[in-house]
Amino acid sequence: MTCRLIALLLTLLLALPAAANPALEAVVADNLDQIEKPSRRTVGPLVAEIAATGPEGLALLSAWAGRALGLAGGRLVIVDGDGATDAVTGQPVADAEPRMLRPNSGVRGVIESALVAGEIASPDRARRAAALASIARDGTAAHLAALRSAAPEADPVLAARRDRIERLLTIRFDTDPAARVAAIQLMAGDVGLDFRAALNPLLATRRLAAAEEPQANIARELRPGSDDFPREAAVALLTAEGLIQPRLTPADQRAALAAHVAQGRVGGVPVAELSDPQARDRAYEALEAAGAVPPAATESETEAALAGTRFFEVYAEADPDVTDAARAAQRGAEWRLAAMSGIDLGLDALSLASIYFLAAIGLAITFGVMRVINMAHGEFIMMGAYTGYVTQTMIADRTLSLVVALPLAFAVTFAAGVALYRLVIRHLAHRPLETLLATFGVSIALQQLAKNIFGTQARPLTAPAWLEGAITVNDVISISSIRVAILVLAVLFLGLFLFIMKRTRLGLEVRAVTQNPGMAASMGINPDRIAMMTFGLGSGIAGIAGVAIGLFAQVTSELGQQYIVQSFMTVVVGGVGNIWGTLAGAGLIGVLSKVIESFNPSNTLAAQTFMILFIVIFIQFRPRGIIPQRGRAAEA
Amino acid sequence: MTRQPLILRNPSVLVVLALLAVFTLAVTLLSQAYGSGVVPTSTVKILGKTLCLALAALAMDLVWGYLGILSLGQMAFFALGGYMIGQWLMYARTEAIVAAAMAGNPIPPTAQELREAVANQIFGVVGSSELPLAWAFAHSLTAQLVLVVAVPGLLALAFGWLAFRSRVNGVYLSILTQAMTLALALWLFQNDSGFRGNNGLSGLQNIPGLDGVPQATLSVWFLWASAAALALCYVLAAWLVSGKFGSVIRAIRDDETRVRFLGYPVEGFKLVVFTLAAMITAVAGALYYPQAGIINPAELMPIASIYLAVWVAIGGRGRLYGAMIGAIAVSLLSSWFTGGRAPDLPLPGYTVKWVDWWQVALGLSFVLVTLFAPKGIAGIFDRLAGVLPPRRHGRDLGPGQGALQEKEAKA
Repeated sequence: MTCRLIALLLTLLLALPAAANPALEAVVADNLDQIEKPSRRTVGPLVAEIAATGPEGLALLSAWAGRALGLAGGRLVIVDGDGATDAVTGQPVADAEPRMLRPNSGVRGVIESALVAGEIASPDRARRAAALASIARDGTAAHLAALRSAAPEADPVLAARRDRIERLLTIRFDTDPAARVAAIQLMAGDVGLDFRAALNPLLATRRLAAAEEPQANIARELRPGSDDFPREAAVALLTAEGLIQPRLTPADQRAALAAHVAQGRVGGVPVAELSDPQARDRAYEALEAAGAVPPAATESETEAALAGTRFFEVYAEADPDVTDAARAAQRGAEWRLAAMSGIDLGLDALSLASIYFLAAIGLAITFGVMRVINMAHGEFIMMGAYTGYVTQTMIADRTLSLVVALPLAFAVTFAAGVALYRLVIRHLAHRPLETLLATFGVSIALQQLAKNIFGTQARPLTAPAWLEGAITVNDVISISSIRVAILVLAVLFLGLFLFIMKRTRLGLEVRAVTQNPGMAASMGINPDRIAMMTFGLGSGIAGIAGVAIGLFAQVTSELGQQYIVQSFMTVVVGGVGNIWGTLAGAGLIGVLSKVIESFNPSNTLAAQTFMILFIVIFIQFRPRGIIPQRGRAAEA
Repeated sequence: MTRQPLILRNPSVLVVLALLAVFTLAVTLLSQAYGSGVVPTSTVKILGKTLCLALAALAMDLVWGYLGILSLGQMAFFALGGYMIGQWLMYARTEAIVAAAMAGNPIPPTAQELREAVANQIFGVVGSSELPLAWAFAHSLTAQLVLVVAVPGLLALAFGWLAFRSRVNGVYLSILTQAMTLALALWLFQNDSGFRGNNGLSGLQNIPGLDGVPQATLSVWFLWASAAALALCYVLAAWLVSGKFGSVIRAIRDDETRVRFLGYPVEGFKLVVFTLAAMITAVAGALYYPQAGIINPAELMPIASIYLAVWVAIGGRGRLYGAMIGAIAVSLLSSWFTGGRAPDLPLPGYTVKWVDWWQVALGLSFVLVTLFAPKGIAGIFDRLAGVLPPRRHGRDLGPGQGALQEKEAKA
């Protein structure tokens, strides 16, 4: 960013009409040797002087920082491609063969911050905004001064941003504690990352051991042996501060012994016996007595040192008022932060639950109606995702292709489901375990088929532009738009499903067959047709779920496998034959996975393990799920 | 009435034992270690591993074919057995190597140092250098051999007790067993669970203390051990299912509720068979992985257990030899087809490469077997022996669940 800014400056300023600048000329003439060999510590005033000379000075600085400044015969030239101009006069220089100056990164940092400070006053809004962004990223005390002395900002958005940055810089760099405390209190309760980052260094502590209370801003006194300050830590601190001799580690002891092997013995102990730790101690003591090795701290020495020393945690920041205010502000921020993380976690859980719901709903319908677990359900999800991919290769417009892909995926998987029902499942009525296995056979065949057709590499299913990005409330709460869309899709399907079940003839018949197939058949309902329709419907929804999942996951032949076990769990936990059960199951699993995951975010495997364990135990108490099926149908 | 001896009641036991003996003898005489060398060592290993898989299938048949529980987590016990024996194999071998390396040090190592060095060697790959608690007995072969059957047995006992007690059965139970093996696999995949994460245990083909014995000889020894275990377990299983116990568990398979009403403790029977099968499977695993040389958590993924079910289904449920035939035939065919050695099948317009299409063929043939030959390969033997299912008349009239209306009254 800064580099781009400098490049911009460079081009802008090079385009300016050349005009002699006597002030710059004087500064350059006086300090040529320092420009040639700058040092980070001393270059500051010089840079400020050059910057004060006007646009030519800024051009020189930006060229210097961008390593485009050269020295040709005692004159500074700015090299731009093949051409070169005199840095002071701005006149083109012909056939100069300048020796390029290469300031180190420290010097360039000084120059760049000086440049940025100059930019705040720029009449161009974009440049002011860029300068503020640059200061926000790595501000210095110099920036604080620049911000304060700069003319008032006219643009309200930029003005607010500038105020915030100024306050943050005040917290970090102001020399007046009262001003810093005021700034901290002004911002208390803010959960922005930048504010927390500004507070953290104020509250950084270090531990020290001393006989008396030190003259420092003490955070608290530590007691050795307490939970957060174990004895080993105290001993290590004493050792590090040189108050006791280092304890002898086994490795040191071994090395010391090995260095003093003489005629097969160490300190009078035969080497062969040294596999015994006590023999090693004896040998070392013998060496110690002989003065051959440095004495090691004994246990009693350590005890005495521990007893005679107090341990403190002191703030790096010297002023107690500032640290108190910072700590209060941080505590306030932590509370709000915890609440917001909770909300964010809830959003994540909701999104996960909606995905599980979409993936499981088809499974739940078929299981409810036919007592059949369709192991190929995951492959129907995959089929839907690949349908979306194929549609996208044919229709370039992302939005349109998505609009086409959703019904197409439904149609494809509906047909596949009906075919599977007609060819396989129908003939295995009353044999649920065999259906499970037969559909598993279909599942491995379909998976390999997808591998043969589409290859093993992941295929992209890209979301339309309006679904990219995320809805961000603040630094903590955000949710990606795709997940919101999936949530909406899940809600839509819940509504559609409820409509079909409660308001249509098909739904009535499906409910009848679910509750009592024999009686339903006696009433003139064709259970076979109903089973086929529900199977098709369930598979079709799986296809749509596949398109939705494909939008945020990679489409591979194993896509379905990743969701199938979770879908089973959702059905088992929720209970069959009831859409609300599936919803409850998905909700429970979604929330629970996210909550378990939040305890240990780095270890998602552990989260999944505990999740499954929880489900196994949950089944103990509700073997038929959260919302069990009642009546005669449940006995089957 | 005097009971006939087991052999007479189950003539298949004799046939299976004889075939096993002949097979083992033949392989031994053709092996590189003890015979003409026609069969290379790698093939001997494959055959030995196949026998172990047949043993696992035998246990699966006990649970599924006889008890009616479609357990989709059998391979978890298989892999656990492998892990248990693998712990000793890896620890003892690493210890020998580390001890040899440390013998060159100027100061002889203490027991503590040796242990730390071994732990560092084994767990350095997952960024740890401490021996986890689960490895407390890894130095002792006897302890690990006990654990081979104890750990899977206890897991099966605990899981079975929880599941059977709450009367989870049918499809629910299958899904639950699948969840169990998935949970175990995911746990083992973690680096900090103490089993080297997804690296698994490796170098298991080298048996500590037998460094002088070439792999050719070792492979034959393992073949003998596998065949002996298979024979023993076959006799045990045949004895178990032929008596009164067998009648009860078959009755549980056919109608659990009725058996319960007759006063049998159904949960107890289920628990005994489930646990026993888990232990048999674990023994199979403990024999399998030293021949395979490496074990990692991928072996526990649910798919492996489902394949086991597929083998048993193709071989024929409810027939012990059927399960074995299925496991042997399908696993050997699978490794032949996916190994790239099967010749391509040229069709007009397309050449079928078996590496790509074997899975499809297996899946579809599996569907066909389930649909048209629910008894699997063993059905052929039944037909040869003249065992036919009784023609059941007098079934309830009227449609059952999802019955085909058109055929309603034809039953």
